[in-house]
Amino acid sequence: MNCIVCMASVPDTASVIKIGGDGKGIDESGIKWIVSPYDEYALEEALQITEAQGGEVTVVTYGPDHAEAALRDCLARGAHQAVHIRGGEATLGDSLTIAKVLAAAIKDREYDLILCGFKGVGTDCGQVGQMLAELLDLPHAANVTELEVGDGSLTAGRDVEGGKEKVESPLPALLTCQKGLNEPRYAALKGIMAAKKKPVEKVEVSSLGIDEGGGGFYAVEKLELPPEKAAGTIIQGDDDASAAAAELVKLLREEAKAI
Amino acid sequence: MAGILVFVEQRGGEVRKASLQAVSEAKRQGGPVSAVLPGSGVGDAAAGLGAWGADTIYVADDAKLGFYSAEGYAEAVVKAVEQEQPSALFFAGTAMGRDLAPRVAARLGVGAIADAVGLTRDGDAFSVRRPVYSGKAFATANTGGKTPQVISLRPNVFAAEEVAGAGVVVAVDGLSLSIRALVKELIEAEGGELDVAEADIIVSGGRGIKGPENFALIKSLADALGGAVGASRAAVDAGWIEHSHQVGQTGKVVSPSLYIACGISGAIQHLAGMSSSKVIVAINKDPDAPIFKIADYGVVGDLFDVIPPMVEAIKAL
Ligand SMILES: Cc1cc2nc3c(=O)[nH]c(=O)nc-3n(C[C@H](O)[C@H](O)[C@H](O)COP(=O)(O)OP(=O)(O)OC[C@H]3O[C@@H](n4cnc5c(N)ncnc54)[C@H](O)[C@@H]3O)c2cc1C
Ligand SMILES: Nc1ncnc2c1ncn2[C@@H]1O[C@H](COP(=O)(O)O)[C@@H](O)[C@H]1O
Repeated sequence: MNCIVCMASVPDTASVIKIGGDGKGIDESGIKWIVSPYDEYALEEALQITEAQGGEVTVVTYGPDHAEAALRDCLARGAHQAVHIRGGEATLGDSLTIAKVLAAAIKDREYDLILCGFKGVGTDCGQVGQMLAELLDLPHAANVTELEVGDGSLTAGRDVEGGKEKVESPLPALLTCQKGLNEPRYAALKGIMAAKKKPVEKVEVSSLGIDEGGGGFYAVEKLELPPEKAAGTIIQGDDDASAAAAELVKLLREEAKAI
Repeated sequence: MAGILVFVEQRGGEVRKASLQAVSEAKRQGGPVSAVLPGSGVGDAAAGLGAWGADTIYVADDAKLGFYSAEGYAEAVVKAVEQEQPSALFFAGTAMGRDLAPRVAARLGVGAIADAVGLTRDGDAFSVRRPVYSGKAFATANTGGKTPQVISLRPNVFAAEEVAGAGVVVAVDGLSLSIRALVKELIEAEGGELDVAEADIIVSGGRGIKGPENFALIKSLADALGGAVGASRAAVDAGWIEHSHQVGQTGKVVSPSLYIACGISGAIQHLAGMSSSKVIVAINKDPDAPIFKIADYGVVGDLFDVIPPMVEAIKAL
């Protein structure tokens, strides 16, 4: 069972976001880049499947130089191969271009399963996986929290509002992975040392026949910080909780008209 | 002005509220509005969409569309696009809409913009405002001149309003359904609980509620308000409540009209899931808890002392 994991290198979720000089992207100084949290579930699932059933895990990322650190992290956790398609500065958030790049890099490889994250933290799109499935003409299941992979087919549980859908699909297939699927492992020291020696295959975007400056499918006009919120009304409830509760309910009813 | 086609989602023949919001928003944008409704036995649901602003309703009625599949539903939407030739295609940003929109877009060879919270229009071209970096920033973006412009709208941000109107129901022509990934079953959560992603009022509990048994207190407040129960990751990871209730970066992103956070500190990853709620209330005993920075109303106090009289006061309204 060969698995391909698509991994995005993203700013640490605790990062303070500042707007960059062009007003369209973030100021990247001081940002720590990590494996996008949902992609950790994708990698962990791929590792568990290959540990149980044999085969290899190949991690593919499309990104600037900073993506190599995240790729090494994946190797350290146990991935067998790593592919770094270098580029992506101009196409961040352009899900279709990203999917086209990934499709071109993946199409001639051997795989039974492609695993993505449910969404990339930062772009917050949740689109690349489904687009990649369409471009590669694969069935997919998104938002997967339960998975059984058998011989030539899989059964997945995916979260939907108020319940779970059980999906059956033949292989090869693509999944986008959600929290709840597994508990991602961290790299142990031994893995980190071994990862240093594993090669990373470098691919140039141009060699895939894709023009990054060719006018994409998602153009950012501006990026802004959220509007400052006016200070709220804070009620002291330490001494008389009942009075505070009554006042809060009154404000919600009469001022906010929320209840 | 070319029209907007809206994908409409139903479950058991009942149209989802978020889809009505998307139809209404398309109507408010002006110009012709059409809808596409895939399913099995959904004729009645289709006829009702005129009252929400759809002029033409494309119905893809087929036993194979009884359960959702991205492949089958994409076929229905793409066929309706061919018939209607819209300049934009709206989806409600539900689990289904967020899954289907990118698959449809890729099939049409266009991009997609997810999670719109604001729309401005210049002729046929939309500029879409959407949260990025988990709500730490907002981007305004467009589809680079490619059409149809595929856009999903965040639920509960755009209002659903009935209009005087009756739509014309048309069948989607020439469906060719070959579905590989098939939904076999929909397992509904126990007790038909209201899902946080759909609720208009949410009361959430965090580590401050101290134990699983105290979700009963959170639920008593949610019940009094007709709302749903949410949770922080700390409460979910402690095993006090299921992940389906988690709000935040690795949980659900919600925009209810009222969000009440009880015993939740307000970590950035929690705020990512709820900061666009219309009215935010915090109940926390620590006056310096970051949640108060984004709260419209707050009570500094012990939640075990504050919530019971709140429930009484609400019941007395
Ligand atoms: C990649 C990543 C993803 C994450 N995703 C999410 C996510 O989706 N959702 C999420 O919520 N978190 C998420 N987190 C975790 C987040 O960083 C916080 O750890 C978490 O939100 C804390 O939960 P909490 O506020 O319930 O607990 P705490 O931070 O421990 O806060 C408990 C609060 O309760 C108050 N309190 C205690 N007792 C009482 C009382 N009797 N009355 C009133 N108040 C009381 C305290 O003053 C405190 O403010 C994520 C973290 C990472 C790294
Ligand atoms: N640049 C990238 N390189 C590799 N995989 C990516 C990239 N961008 C997105 N993905 C994959 O697609 C998923 C969804 O990303 P997004 O659509 O940006 O939210 C991510 O969790 C990754 O699995």
